[in-house]
Amino acid sequence: MDFLRPASWEEALAAKAEHPTAVPIAGGTDIMVEINFDHRRPEYLLDLNRIELLREWEVGEEVTRIGASVPYTQIIENLRATVPGLALASHTVASPQIRNRGGVGGNLGCASPAGDSHPALLAAGAEVEVESVRGSRLIPIDEFYTGVKRNALAPDELIKTVHVKNADGPQQYSKVGTRNAMVIAVCAFGLALHPETRTVRTGIGSAAPTPIRAKAAEEFLNAALEEGGFWDNGKVVTPSIAKQFGELASGACNPIDDVRGTAKYRRHAVGIMARRQLVWTWEQYRAGNGRTLEGAA
Amino acid sequence: MANTRTTPSGTPTNVSQKHNQGGIGESTLRPDGTLKVTGEFAYSSDMWHEDMLWGQTLRSTVAHAEIVSIDISEALAMPGVYSVLTYDDLPAEMKNYGLEIQDTPVLANGRVRHHGEPVALVAADHPETARRAAAKIKIDYRELPVVTDEASALAPDAPLIHEGRDDHHSGHVPHPNIVHRQPIIRGNVEEARKRADVIVEGEYTFGMQDQAFLGPESGLAVPCEDGGVDLYVATQWLHSDLKQIAPVLGLPEEKVRMTLSGVGGAFGGREDISMQIHACLLALATNKPVKIVYNRFESFFGHVHRHPAKLYYEHGATKDGKLTHMKCKIVLDGGAYASASPAVVGNASSLSVGPYVIDDVDIEAVALYTNNPPCGAMRGFGAVQACFAYEAQMDKLAAKLGIDPVEFRQLNAMEMGTLMPTGQVVDSPAPVAELLRRIKARPLPPERQWETAGESADVRALPGGLSNTTHGEGVVRGVGYAVGIKNVGFSEGFDDYSTARVRLEAIGGEPVAMVHTAMAEVGQGGVTVHAQIARTELGVTNVTIHPADTQVGSAGSTSASRQTYMTGGAVKNTCEAVREKLLEIGRRKNGSYHPAWATAELLLEGGKVVTDGGEVLADIADILEGEAIDLELEFRHRPTVAFDLVTGQGDGHVQYTFAAHRAVVEVDTELGLVKVVELACAQDVGKALNPLSVVGQIQGGTTQGLGVAVMEEIIVDPKTAKVRNPSFTDYLIPTILDTPSIPVDYLELADPNAPYGLRGLGEAPTLSSTPAVLAAIRAATGLELNKTPIRPEALTGTL
Amino acid sequence: MRVNFTVNGRPQEADDVWEGESLLYVLRERLGLPGSKNACEQGECGSCTVRLDGVPVCSCLVAAGQVEGRDVVTVEGLADFAKQREEHGHACGTGACGGAQGVSTDEAKQWTAKGTDSQTGEGVELSPIQQAFIDAGAVQCGFCTPGLLVQADALLESNASPSDQDIREALSGNLCRCTGYEKILDAVRLAAARQGEAV
Repeated sequence: MDFLRPASWEEALAAKAEHPTAVPIAGGTDIMVEINFDHRRPEYLLDLNRIELLREWEVGEEVTRIGASVPYTQIIENLRATVPGLALASHTVASPQIRNRGGVGGNLGCASPAGDSHPALLAAGAEVEVESVRGSRLIPIDEFYTGVKRNALAPDELIKTVHVKNADGPQQYSKVGTRNAMVIAVCAFGLALHPETRTVRTGIGSAAPTPIRAKAAEEFLNAALEEGGFWDNGKVVTPSIAKQFGELASGACNPIDDVRGTAKYRRHAVGIMARRQLVWTWEQYRAGNGRTLEGAA
Repeated sequence: MANTRTTPSGTPTNVSQKHNQGGIGESTLRPDGTLKVTGEFAYSSDMWHEDMLWGQTLRSTVAHAEIVSIDISEALAMPGVYSVLTYDDLPAEMKNYGLEIQDTPVLANGRVRHHGEPVALVAADHPETARRAAAKIKIDYRELPVVTDEASALAPDAPLIHEGRDDHHSGHVPHPNIVHRQPIIRGNVEEARKRADVIVEGEYTFGMQDQAFLGPESGLAVPCEDGGVDLYVATQWLHSDLKQIAPVLGLPEEKVRMTLSGVGGAFGGREDISMQIHACLLALATNKPVKIVYNRFESFFGHVHRHPAKLYYEHGATKDGKLTHMKCKIVLDGGAYASASPAVVGNASSLSVGPYVIDDVDIEAVALYTNNPPCGAMRGFGAVQACFAYEAQMDKLAAKLGIDPVEFRQLNAMEMGTLMPTGQVVDSPAPVAELLRRIKARPLPPERQWETAGESADVRALPGGLSNTTHGEGVVRGVGYAVGIKNVGFSEGFDDYSTARVRLEAIGGEPVAMVHTAMAEVGQGGVTVHAQIARTELGVTNVTIHPADTQVGSAGSTSASRQTYMTGGAVKNTCEAVREKLLEIGRRKNGSYHPAWATAELLLEGGKVVTDGGEVLADIADILEGEAIDLELEFRHRPTVAFDLVTGQGDGHVQYTFAAHRAVVEVDTELGLVKVVELACAQDVGKALNPLSVVGQIQGGTTQGLGVAVMEEIIVDPKTAKVRNPSFTDYLIPTILDTPSIPVDYLELADPNAPYGLRGLGEAPTLSSTPAVLAAIRAATGLELNKTPIRPEALTGTL
Repeated sequence: MRVNFTVNGRPQEADDVWEGESLLYVLRERLGLPGSKNACEQGECGSCTVRLDGVPVCSCLVAAGQVEGRDVVTVEGLADFAKQREEHGHACGTGACGGAQGVSTDEAKQWTAKGTDSQTGEGVELSPIQQAFIDAGAVQCGFCTPGLLVQADALLESNASPSDQDIREALSGNLCRCTGYEKILDAVRLAAARQGEAV
């Protein structure tokens, strides 16, 4: 095993180009477990800790740019306003110590269906900025997850920044685990209301081979909200809409039975979380926390 | 209170020492506390030696197989590798070990019987080298069908886990795949059933719990010039280890010198051998010190677990709420090797009635041999599984009779004088009804504690916690009660004794006592209590606790809630003898100067000999005059007898201990997630030698019971008998956010047979905690819930 | 590979480090600082918590090579770290720790519990949180204690009077198997109260 310690982003890209099998290590919260438990012996470890730009974030007009290594703690503390769903998701990650080290880049790099940030990124709408010596590109989050623990990165590419659309409405995130803290998701769900476009987006974690959106549920809800004039009249969404939204979210799942939970439970729980989050976000929207209602409520 | 009586060991005591500062009854602080908070306390995994090597164990990847061949050549050829050992390298004729039945191979002999069984050992200069070398050992397995439950173990064509076994249980068991069977018959169940107005039956399942002590199995073996070995290790019982280690090394016991290293928790999981023999073998083979440290993955294979169990119960009661009879069958899965299974069977059967009066019983408990992971000692030891089932039965009966569940239990509660199903009289206080009264009388915690002044809910106070799954939706509160009975000390005729050496001398003009035992301090605070006892009995302030080793007689196991009773009793006993000797010297030297030497009751207080009237006669230091009094004595509890193999009759237990819990839970009934809001405990401890430690033990035991109620289970694939979750990622134990406030109310009703009247206390809280939480969840959900731990699936119909 | 970094204020150099080694291993096996504990080595238990450039992290999940040039505080340096913080409003460690390799067997044999209760400490100066853990009975087997101390100290540094739920959240990554956590809560409350009195 070799330990590569690039001092700059350029050096890191060069190292990755030279050693495409090199495994990037930033927070270490996944890869070090695999090394400690003898599950993995990469030929090269590519340490990204020295690269400052990966630890920087920037809140722009439209998007919040989050460096791949920005620890979850920083997202929780500093980026609640523009990426509230991701901040909520970050808060459910493991433990304070892990949140101090791990970041979204690692979640995306591992692309585990159980990664906590994926449903929030899917719901908010995001692009992953990846780069290699060949140049950089933006991968829409919907195209990022390509299989179980696989993503759209080329072997010589590194994740640089995640561009998350700034929230224009309420966002929520929940995950189910069998412990009240420090638990890997049995399943997770994220919901974002986008009043500006009068749409909703969702994200489901740990209930399919990859993180996915519940598209049928989104389409149903978009239509139901439009038809009922809910965006304008600010009425309470009817229980039947919430129920059907939950059922459609549940139907989007394609889960497995494993040691953490049954497929049946995962489907069930995603449906409950979806229904509850619709109520929570809609209440926030009605209360005027959604931007489009500011001043109107 | 100076009265003459005889201790169980026969030493007469004619003095009760008065209170001495830092003595018993005070919450003195741990003597190892400073070392433990500064990181300097030397745990077994912290040991280090010049030139030491690292040992690695290669374990079977399948549960049941014949080993066709092992090829170690590639591993042995690796640079940095000093030794590779397999069964063929074992040096002595004795190649097995075991607590009661020596059925466990040090290294697999042509066959593996469970997933993770040790097959080969490697010593290398770096742990990674050792791991890489172990990975290069080629083992060719021919897999055999697996036995995983009662049906497959007792099927006509079932593979025998131990063919040709000839242990002392083999003659009386109905099938060779049954380790031990203990029936208990008393009265006439068929007749009694006729008196019952209601009958309740239930089938219960208890999952496999892991001790999950935080300090992994580890130790250091150092070869010596005399051909022997020094072993530094974390264990629960040095002398029991020694008896198992020396024969397989082919060494006399005196050439295996054991020193207790810091122990990072135990809870039964260190009663069996883990890496002890392996480290010694590698050290002797390489003539270099060898350290072995399991990681968490290996730790799940490195020790036995709590027996999973199936329990079938039938109870009857009259309509006025009196129990008529009980019939039960308890099937414990012992896994591939016997470990403590026979004794667990004895406990499960003899305590299967619970703390209730039932005259007519028909009880049977068995432990199976299977290809599942070996199971043995864990806190509560057979009584835990039974308590889970009989307490569920009590709630069902109460519901059926329309009687309050606490009142129903109180109506049937045992008390002093009650006859156990074994025919043994409960001859000391058994305040079962009072414990229940106390937990019930406690005010309930406020509802909806998640509501905050602001608009958002504090999810930390809700089921799901930080995962933000509910803001109050679907959340229903439930309250449940349970009570349990546990025995203290080793039972069934076992010669259970402890040894204490006490040395009293004057250092710099001050009397100093040194207490030397082989007691394994595993966190329970025995070292604190030993110092307190010495202060009380010898009237000194300075007490040194000698490290535990095998240079002093056995202290027995740190298990069975026995150490304060037994080794504490031994320290008391030896201190009393030292005191007598000191007074004898004092009388001889000073008797002529003061008549009180001959006439008064003499006590030791503040470093002086005083009369019971408070008159100072001499300084202890002056009596000693540079000489030391150094005594080592054994202490025994009253004898017990084995249970009759047909009727189960016999005074098999030493002492009984009782705890009761009230659980308040909030359940997210839609997602099946549980938040335990409060888990109150009332327990009789006889005498609290150290109140702070007493409360700590009760809270810790309670939390382990909570864990197995809602999350903890080793999941074994029934098709392959392989463990599916050997890690802290998937074997979950409660975090501080899962653990509620645990108010403790302890009683001190003295047991006249026990030192200071104390009652062993470590295990009882682990019994009733689990059924109380289950009862509360049943109350919240209305579901029957016959399996623990409960999973969200069971609460949401999504299994 | 070689790694140079600062531990408890003292520069340290570790040689022949295998690239897959964790910071935890280097501290324990190469620098003679076994106080940080190896309970799970998968970031689930918090027993190995150290401050890395001031931030509490699981040292089992930090690759040794990642600490090159950085500053680490372990439980062995916690008392000095806390003292510095008290005196200067910030802490950088003083270098009072480190030294011999691990715990020699001679030391292990010679270990004796001190005759007096441990609050007297016999010359050992403790940080407030360390003292509170002893006083409150928050230590049983003690294996989780070092990690809890480092984490709880960091909590009190940023939040002088945490609510019970704050304490629970901050310590939710530190498993304890002995105490049932109640006395650990007591200890943090006690340290916070004493800290409050002192101000």
